[in-house]
Formats: sequence, structure tokens, C-alpha cells
Amino acid sequence: MPVEQIVFWTFSIVMVASALRVITARNPVHSVLFLVLTFFTAAALWLLLEAEFLAVVLVVVYVGAVMVLFLFVVMMLDINLAPLREGFVRYLPVGVLVGVVMFVEMALVVGSRYFGPERYAAPERAAQGYSNTSELGRTLYTDYLYQFEIAAIILLVAIIAAIALTMRKRPETTRYQDPGGQVRATKAERLRIVSMKSEQQ
Amino acid sequence: MIPLSHYLILAAMLFGISVAGIIINRKNVIVLLMSLELMLLAVNMNFVAFSHYLEDTVGQVFVFFILTVAAAEAAIGLAILVVLFRNRGTINVADLDAMRG
Repeated sequence: MPVEQIVFWTFSIVMVASALRVITARNPVHSVLFLVLTFFTAAALWLLLEAEFLAVVLVVVYVGAVMVLFLFVVMMLDINLAPLREGFVRYLPVGVLVGVVMFVEMALVVGSRYFGPERYAAPERAAQGYSNTSELGRTLYTDYLYQFEIAAIILLVAIIAAIALTMRKRPETTRYQDPGGQVRATKAERLRIVSMKSEQQ
Repeated sequence: MIPLSHYLILAAMLFGISVAGIIINRKNVIVLLMSLELMLLAVNMNFVAFSHYLEDTVGQVFVFFILTVAAAEAAIGLAILVVLFRNRGTINVADLDAMRG
């Protein structure tokens, strides 16, 4: 069995198993950790598909930032788990049925009949000096420049929305420094010079 | 050599799992958000596989944008979750009926 096959099957099995644990784990913290494992194995499969830059981005940005944000929120909220689990057994057959039917339908379409090796031959491995990152950068910064800038605006809007949603107004009694007022203060406001006769001893 | 259909079926499996996850965890908003992330990962998997087999980097550019939008969605979703928990003290979907939907 060639190395490629071993890598593919190992990571596929780990990926599907951890995805199943994401949706069945009792504790949301465990769910997030299994989601991290799923993303990590997906990154390994993307490496096999020669999408090196995206694989690294998936680990660094997604696992490193977004999943940690998830973990942070899950641990910060003090959640009572019992009511969230009710209905799990009741909806399990429906969920499994819908999931399996969707999978079978999609598998009939994307199976080896239409996307098998005789239709889509695997391309040659890239040459030694080939850089996926520079290739992706060239496409992104020329043909997709406007879309790239729109993506930047989407992130900006997300930052503003997240801050605006979670910002709390301080109560009126809170005392805090007003640096602007401090800078604007003049000598005349703070200091009063009184001329008076000197006192006799 | 791994045929393209293997990757596509793997992505379809992931998508089916996440749909099942949305149905069976319909009380827990956090797991719902995680199922959405899994769905987007399945879509990205398809894009990367096609990009490799058609030898076209545009598929990877699309994955890049999907990752951006997914990150924004996760950030706003979690912010809404935090506000919800602060105001109502619960994240149970069954209790969130203020709009009488």
C-alpha cells in the first residue's frame, strides 16, 4: 500500500470519527476539542491535495484563533448541561435518517461513476521549485483583488459588530480618568493667586 | 493514487454528519454553531479537491474567502451567544421564544 493511501485512509477515518464525536459528545468542551481534531486532520488531507498554504492557514487561523474563541466562550459561560441534552434521544433517529439520506444522495452524484479515476486523472506532482503560496498570492492579488478587499471589509464589520454587541455601558457612578479634560485644563482653572497683606507676627 | 471521488464522498460524509448534528442538538446553540463550521469545512474540502484535480488555483482562492466569512460568522455568532447568556441566563433554544416564532 503506497504512503499516499495510508495517509488518506488514516486521516479520513480519524476525521469522520472525530466529526461524529463533535455532534454526540455530552460536554461542549469535548465537542470543541474534537472539532479541533477534525480541522487538524482536514489540514493534513489538504496537504495531500497540495494546498499547502490553506492547510497552514487552517491550522494557524482556524484552530489557533476561531476554535480557541469557541473554547473560550464555552468555558466562560456557566452552562447547565442537563436541559440542553433533552430531546437528544428523541431526535436521534430523525437526525440519523436525514444525515444518511443526504449522504447517500450526494454519494450517488459524486461517486466514482462520474468522478472516478478514468474521468479525472490525478495530476502530476508539482515540480520541486513550485510554490503554492506564491501561485495563490498571484491569483488573489490580481484577478480577485476587489473580492479580497471586500473580504477585508467583512472582517472589519465583524469586528465592529462583535464589539458593539458585547460592549456594556459603564454605570454612571464609575469614576474614570478623562485624559482630554486633563490636557485641556489651564492654569487659570486650577490656580487662584490671592494678593493679601503680609500678616504681622 | 487516490481518485477525486474519494475526497468528494468524504466531504459528503462530513456534510451528512453535520446535518444530523444540527437536528439532534437542536437545543444547544454552541453545538449548532460547531455543526455549521463542519458544514463549511465539507464545502471547503470539495473546493480544494477540485482545485487540485482540475489544476486551477481559483478553487483555493474561494476557500480563502469562505474561511474569512466563516471566521466573521463565528465571531458574531459567539458574540450574540454571550449577549444572550448575559441577558437571559440560558442558551437553550427552547427558552428563546421572545419573538413568539
